[in-house]
Amino acid sequence: MTGIKPKIKSPLIKNGLGDLVLDVKKIRGDFPILSRKVYGKPLIYLDNAATSQKPRSVINALTEYYEQYNSNVHRGVHALSMEATELYDGAREKIANFIGSPSSENIIFTRNTTEAINLVAYTWGKENISDGDEILLTRMEHHSNLVPWQRLAKENGAKLKFIPLTEEATLDLTNLGELITSRTKLVAITHMSNVLGTINPINKIISVAHDKGALVLVDGAQSVPHLPINVSEINCDFFAFSSHKMLGPTGVGVLFGKTDLLESIEPFLSGGEMVREVWYDHATWNEIPYRFEAGTPDIADAIALGAAVEYLEWLGMDNVRRHEMELTQYALDAFDELDEIKVFGPRDVAVRGGILSFHSEVVHPHDLGTILDRDGIAVRAGHHCAMPLMRSLGLIATARASFYVYNYEEEIDHLISSLKKAIRYFGDGIRSVR
Amino acid sequence: MELEALDELYRDIILDHCKNPRHANHLDHPDLESQGNNPFCGDEISLQVKLSQGRIVEIGFNGRGCSISQASGSIMAGVIEGKSLEEVGELANIFRDLMKGKALLPNESDRLGELEALSGVREFPIRIKCALLGWSILEDGIKKYSSDNGE
Repeated sequence: MTGIKPKIKSPLIKNGLGDLVLDVKKIRGDFPILSRKVYGKPLIYLDNAATSQKPRSVINALTEYYEQYNSNVHRGVHALSMEATELYDGAREKIANFIGSPSSENIIFTRNTTEAINLVAYTWGKENISDGDEILLTRMEHHSNLVPWQRLAKENGAKLKFIPLTEEATLDLTNLGELITSRTKLVAITHMSNVLGTINPINKIISVAHDKGALVLVDGAQSVPHLPINVSEINCDFFAFSSHKMLGPTGVGVLFGKTDLLESIEPFLSGGEMVREVWYDHATWNEIPYRFEAGTPDIADAIALGAAVEYLEWLGMDNVRRHEMELTQYALDAFDELDEIKVFGPRDVAVRGGILSFHSEVVHPHDLGTILDRDGIAVRAGHHCAMPLMRSLGLIATARASFYVYNYEEEIDHLISSLKKAIRYFGDGIRSVR
Repeated sequence: MELEALDELYRDIILDHCKNPRHANHLDHPDLESQGNNPFCGDEISLQVKLSQGRIVEIGFNGRGCSISQASGSIMAGVIEGKSLEEVGELANIFRDLMKGKALLPNESDRLGELEALSGVREFPIRIKCALLGWSILEDGIKKYSSDNGE
């Protein structure tokens, strides 16, 4: 179907210890953008928590859709429409398998994680959360899993509560039993923090929440690209994530919801596609998941997300996780050399992903970002859409390096040496030239 | 090439203003005050201004943020001292033109003074907002002052 047939080659290679690990060199060959230069230097892309790069198979899937079977889905009787429909719903099937969903009917295509969370807030939330109810969040949420709940709480008279953080930047679950009360209707938590890299013990939280009758929504924007995920084992009620952080194109996100829940709630947006029968004065709703997909969907990007899922399955999510754990450990050790820089988040790579936010008293994150950029190194500098968390760290911004399958140790060496240069530049006024 | 661009961006005078911001105090009972931030990066600046006979006689400047936003704010505090609000408005426009890479007239360039040190920012489009943060906040304050005083 797509240009490259990843399954005919192995993504693994034996390392010095004889263990099978990701063959990063081979993998990099699948990503056209990684051969480009920035200011005459090889691109070192360390902004994967913002968005990932795309392999050729994903780019080809987009081109092939537009070149070979561009047409609308679910209504045409012609060949093109049938092909497009098959591939569009086929992508849904692939995604369902990838995250351990019992069926593809639980997979709703949205624009992104933010829209998936808003869908829940504006449908299930509006119907089920009322005056005096409580929504439990954590102190490390991205704005997209905070602001929709703020608005809902304000409109429906509910109260927001927050799970605090420990000194090690993990969730402090000491008082979880008291934080979840009989009034708690929803617990909405990030699976992996986009600032701290912390991987939260969601299974434990979900089991306590369910015991008290609360539902749980998991923001998986940072976890699905990097960890093996099984929503059935996790037993969450809703799970949201984005295509563009997991090698897929922008414009598509996914909401997983349990069948009985999805069937019990009214639609989000309304119009074409989401209806069964329409009269001048009323309408009935289509079955799930189509009930939640009003209008022509982002067909090409959903199909290309299917190609991204195929690519990740070819790599093996256990291999992806192991690669990133090793890279993160390497980076944490390397940052230890830099006395002027503080890294946030847990030290134990068993509970953290490949996201390193760091701060220097000598150089502001923006200035660090500019200096690294001129060395071809792409990092993020700012509040990472987590302003309350930044404030609680006593900062207004951090710089952040985040890794993926195509990153390797030498890139981290370059990052460290560029950081040293920035510190010399600002700290001692040592100029690069003259 | 790119290293020279960095040196051009981070001139000694910028790093000096960043480390030792001028007018770094808070004025009580100012005639005009204004504060704001850049929502993209969170950089913050607050300003207080005292006026006498229509001219700026005292400035208080405080902020948190990158070297460009803070140095630009500190330089701005220096160059606006002694100027009328109208002159400050003109200077803000000239500085904005400088950041946009527009060619300045000789008499405009002459008025820049220490602001010229920020001309390297032009090569870093993403940082122009940083350099303009203090000016935008000052202009907001002037607008509010003018409307409060019926001008």
